[in-house]
Amino acid sequence: MTGIRMGIFSGGFFTTEAVWTALLVGGFAALVAAVAGVFTVMRGQSFAGHALADLGAVGGSGAFLLGVSQLWGFVGAGVLAAIVLEVIGLHRVRERDIATGIVFGFGLGLTALFLYLGTTLGHSSNQAVAVLFGSLFSIDPGVVGPVIGLGVLSLALVMLVSRWLSLEALDADIARARGVPVRLAGVLFMVALALAVELTALSIGAVLATALLIGPAACALQVTSRIPRAMWVAVVVGVGCTVLGIFISYESYAWSPGHRAWPASFCIVAIVFVCYLSTRVWNTVSAAMTRRRGVRRVGQVSERIREGN
Amino acid sequence: MTAVHGEREPIVRISDAAVVLGGRTVWSQVGFDVQPGEFLGLIGTNGTGKTTLLRAILGTVPLAEGSIQVLGHARGRGHDLGYVPQKVVVDPDLPLRARDVVALGLDGAKVGLPLRTRSTWERVERALGAVDAQDLSERRIGRLSGGQQQRVLLAQSLVSDPKLVLLDEPLANLDPASVQEIVALLGRISRERNMAVILTAHDMNPLLPVLDRIVYLAKGHAAVGTTQEVARTDVLTRLYGSPIEVVTVHGRVVILPASGAPDTEAVHHSEPVQREPLP
Repeated sequence: MTGIRMGIFSGGFFTTEAVWTALLVGGFAALVAAVAGVFTVMRGQSFAGHALADLGAVGGSGAFLLGVSQLWGFVGAGVLAAIVLEVIGLHRVRERDIATGIVFGFGLGLTALFLYLGTTLGHSSNQAVAVLFGSLFSIDPGVVGPVIGLGVLSLALVMLVSRWLSLEALDADIARARGVPVRLAGVLFMVALALAVELTALSIGAVLATALLIGPAACALQVTSRIPRAMWVAVVVGVGCTVLGIFISYESYAWSPGHRAWPASFCIVAIVFVCYLSTRVWNTVSAAMTRRRGVRRVGQVSERIREGN
Repeated sequence: MTAVHGEREPIVRISDAAVVLGGRTVWSQVGFDVQPGEFLGLIGTNGTGKTTLLRAILGTVPLAEGSIQVLGHARGRGHDLGYVPQKVVVDPDLPLRARDVVALGLDGAKVGLPLRTRSTWERVERALGAVDAQDLSERRIGRLSGGQQQRVLLAQSLVSDPKLVLLDEPLANLDPASVQEIVALLGRISRERNMAVILTAHDMNPLLPVLDRIVYLAKGHAAVGTTQEVARTDVLTRLYGSPIEVVTVHGRVVILPASGAPDTEAVHHSEPVQREPLP
């Protein structure tokens, strides 16, 4: 592993192929996750997003055990899980919560089993860590094509059903009255969500995938009240955090004690967290400012009234 | 069933319908037609299934018996149908402005990204203006008060020029002045655009000037009559199972919960008109 690391980090940031693969896969997955994330937050489905990441990990770890590409393991298991989760009823939020919780607990158990079996069979334990926490710099460049294809599919699905989802987020009965196929919208969105989550799981790991799904969208919804604008802001935040995180992770090899490069996953998620905190603080401050301005305006009006105008 | 020549096809045709929810028959043998442009009030005490009847017309509640035809189809959906449910709980952070909500009333069932033209937005602003909510246009729907949300949702239901609107307690969150205003607006649009309205209300008083017919639900059945037939002391007292009085004050019909003997003096001096909800 140290040998590989040396290989990656000895070149310049933009002249190393592994860095380009990391930027392409990580950045594109972040873009897809940010767009799906806006609707995930609107629909209150962040828990389902997390569950899909964990169930995808079953496929990812299964692929690790069999020694095949983790991308298809993640995506296969995630999409299957999405359809099952949406179709087995779950009409009520409470049922959805419980079913999701129980199913994904079992999923993590299976992941533990597969990773254990895989490492005892002699696969590298670094790969086991990669399933859970991601390993952007050791992604096979061969997956770039499929990642972009699946990401475009996810984006297309979200765009296709975006108005259905918006109206349903307002009220499901109004949506039905207007002729929105609410069940179909739910299934299609879950598939899009699964694709977005699994691509993100491939880049920063199953455990951390939710951060890139929810974080940028949550930031965006703090600062804008329009869906198209929220999608743009979320994409900028998500892709920005990912690129910056990859850069910091790469550079940390030079200045971290003992040349132990910090994992890109950690850097990305930490920056997302800082972004979210900043928007919260900014929002609170600007709300307080607006209130004070409002008070001043009321003051002026009452003064005018006193003057008899 | 074929339409007789010269007779208008009804907007809604309910024949011998029954709904069973959780083993309990909510109502049965319900049958009536709604004609284009007709203004129908749906009344009854709590739990008699007013909302269920609206939802059955929408097709979101299955029928145990009978049939409901809306605009010639088995269930009502789409552009020709506006609907405002009773309780809409909107997340304060939902990224939809009032104008977005109304625009979704026009194109929410379409696929693809919303690329709206100027004429679409003009139509949206007109709908908001009609319910006196144009100044709410840029505000987030979830941050508006209950009455303001009610107006925006009403604009959402009217924006597509529907042939039928179903309104569940549309007056519940409004102050008395707004109630008069909205009722007058609904009456005018209904006449001008030949739009049928079915609405539920606890308090019929403000609606009496515009209602064509009243459907009253009681004891698992529905009865239909013109306002003159139903808004009578004996009929309403039987319906509600408690004394109700219908009096005429300054040429206006007013329905009051009566306490024992009719206190006509109090009625004549009660100005402005009492608008207490019926028991």
